[in-house]
Amino acid sequence: MTVTDPTISDPVMVDEEETRRARARRIERIAKWVLPVVMMGLTLLVWDRIVVWNEIPHYILPGPRLVFATLVEDWAMLFDALLVTLQITLMALAVAVIGGVGLAVLFTQSRWIEMSFYPYAVILQVTPVVSIAPLIFIYVENRMAGLLICAWIVAFFPVLANTTLGLNSADHNLRDLFRIYGATRWQRLRFLQLPSALPYFLGGLRIAGGLSLIGAVVAEYVAGTGGIGSGLAFRILEAGYRLNIPRMFAALFLIAATGVVIFAGLSFLSHMLLRKWHESAMQGST
Amino acid sequence: MAAPAPLGQRSALLDMRHVTKTFNGDVVALHGMSLTVNEGDFISLLGPSGCGKSTALRLIAGLSHPSQGRIEWQGGADDTDLAVVFQEPTLMPWATVAQNVWLPFRLRGKSYEQVKDDVLEALRLVGLENFQRSYPRELSGGMKMRVSIARALVTRPKLILMDEPFAALDEITRHKLNNDLLEMKQKIGCTVIFVTHSVFESVFLSDRIVVMAARPGRVIEELTVDAPYPRDEDFRTSADYAGHCRAASDALHQAMEAA
Ligand SMILES: Nc1ncnc2c1ncn2[C@@H]1O[C@H](COP(=O)(O)OP(=O)(O)OP(=O)(O)O)[C@@H](O)[C@H]1O
Ligand SMILES: [Mg+2]
Repeated sequence: MTVTDPTISDPVMVDEEETRRARARRIERIAKWVLPVVMMGLTLLVWDRIVVWNEIPHYILPGPRLVFATLVEDWAMLFDALLVTLQITLMALAVAVIGGVGLAVLFTQSRWIEMSFYPYAVILQVTPVVSIAPLIFIYVENRMAGLLICAWIVAFFPVLANTTLGLNSADHNLRDLFRIYGATRWQRLRFLQLPSALPYFLGGLRIAGGLSLIGAVVAEYVAGTGGIGSGLAFRILEAGYRLNIPRMFAALFLIAATGVVIFAGLSFLSHMLLRKWHESAMQGST
Repeated sequence: MAAPAPLGQRSALLDMRHVTKTFNGDVVALHGMSLTVNEGDFISLLGPSGCGKSTALRLIAGLSHPSQGRIEWQGGADDTDLAVVFQEPTLMPWATVAQNVWLPFRLRGKSYEQVKDDVLEALRLVGLENFQRSYPRELSGGMKMRVSIARALVTRPKLILMDEPFAALDEITRHKLNNDLLEMKQKIGCTVIFVTHSVFESVFLSDRIVVMAARPGRVIEELTVDAPYPRDEDFRTSADYAGHCRAASDALHQAMEAA
């Protein structure tokens, strides 16, 4: 007797629906990269044509080629400014992480502390940083420290809020289990609450990364002073005063690129830390 | 480990005396429950939803305290000789199977190296020795439950509390786990209190069935299943089993009417 049923004789055989779905998935994976790049190319082209055809002067709207040339030409100055902005951003992010996680841990250790301080964290969050920054620069002598404080104020809240939520969302049966085995407060934090909070923390971190860059840039606008050791925001202001629009665009491009790199880096970190066990990092999701 | 002593001759492990638990001052979850748990018993708590089965387990586990009455450990045992298995597997998703089973020891300050043999032995008992390095999400529901049981067994506790551990599993997996559970209990020689909604499960597993009624939660009858262990598929089809099921079923009906 011969077996003719193809699904039995050929285990790799897949049905039509599966094939179609696999093809759709493959196309989507490629499109995810190709489409934005094509879009970008088109935008640059249209931008360039508009500028050329309408003979728009470069002090009103420079074309992409001029912006690129400026980027290359001013690279030394812009790169120094980028390093300054980046340094403030990363330091603010680091302090936001330490402060946010530290406060969150403190809050979950004691309801009293949480009740006393949480409202102030919210107030700090909802007050626009532009309105606090001038005060900060009056009281804080060191310009760097002032910038750092501003960026930190903007960035720490998502870390605090998400981590607090995460620490409190440990499975209640696991909590009971820890109690039954006589776990200490420290053991419960270390082995249960911190791992439970990790996905929440990483979500907050991704938001905080972008916010600390915003905080750093906004604070520098407010601080307004320049000279040696000034960041990209000041370079934009300065170029604006001099009607050097191409340089403004070049600096703007660097800020946007920095933001993208920070976001991508943190997303990658999050993926690496969670891919083994957390739903959000498993196949099929970004 | 030999079979437990005959029912009448076992030494007491835990005594519940007139235990009442009231929530928020007016919800009587458990009313005047008295129960002596003996070493080697397999006790099922059988009853309709809301009759205080989980409440009774939580009181025994020390997760909450009686409003009235007392729960006393006997013969030198205490609440460190205890393990719990919940309805959900309740595993740490970020930890491997072996790390999950290590947890009870880890919380008592033992390094993995110190207790590695015990962890592997517990995994062997539940048939998962080849899955040490897997993460919970890579396992089926039944396998996760086995990990949860291995975690309970690893410290060789005197008493294991199980709150509807197999309720979420399919019939076939449940039968297999019932068989294996009896075998494990025999090997380790522990005492089990097992909460279930299923008459069949309670008869197959236990030598004592405590039937409870709701509103207020209370014990209304205790049945004895005197069939000898080990029990196997033959017992499931025997007239003896059918008889015990009918008796337990009648008692359960009474419990539902009493409510
Ligand atoms: N923490 C609590 N606060 C208030 N009421 C509670 C609490 N825990 C249980 N109860 C009440 O006590 C009664 C018994 O609850 P319990 O969970 O022990 O029932 P059960 O027999 O385990 O039910 P099920 O079979 O549905 O799990 C219920 O009426 C429930 O509403
Ligand atoms: Mg229950």
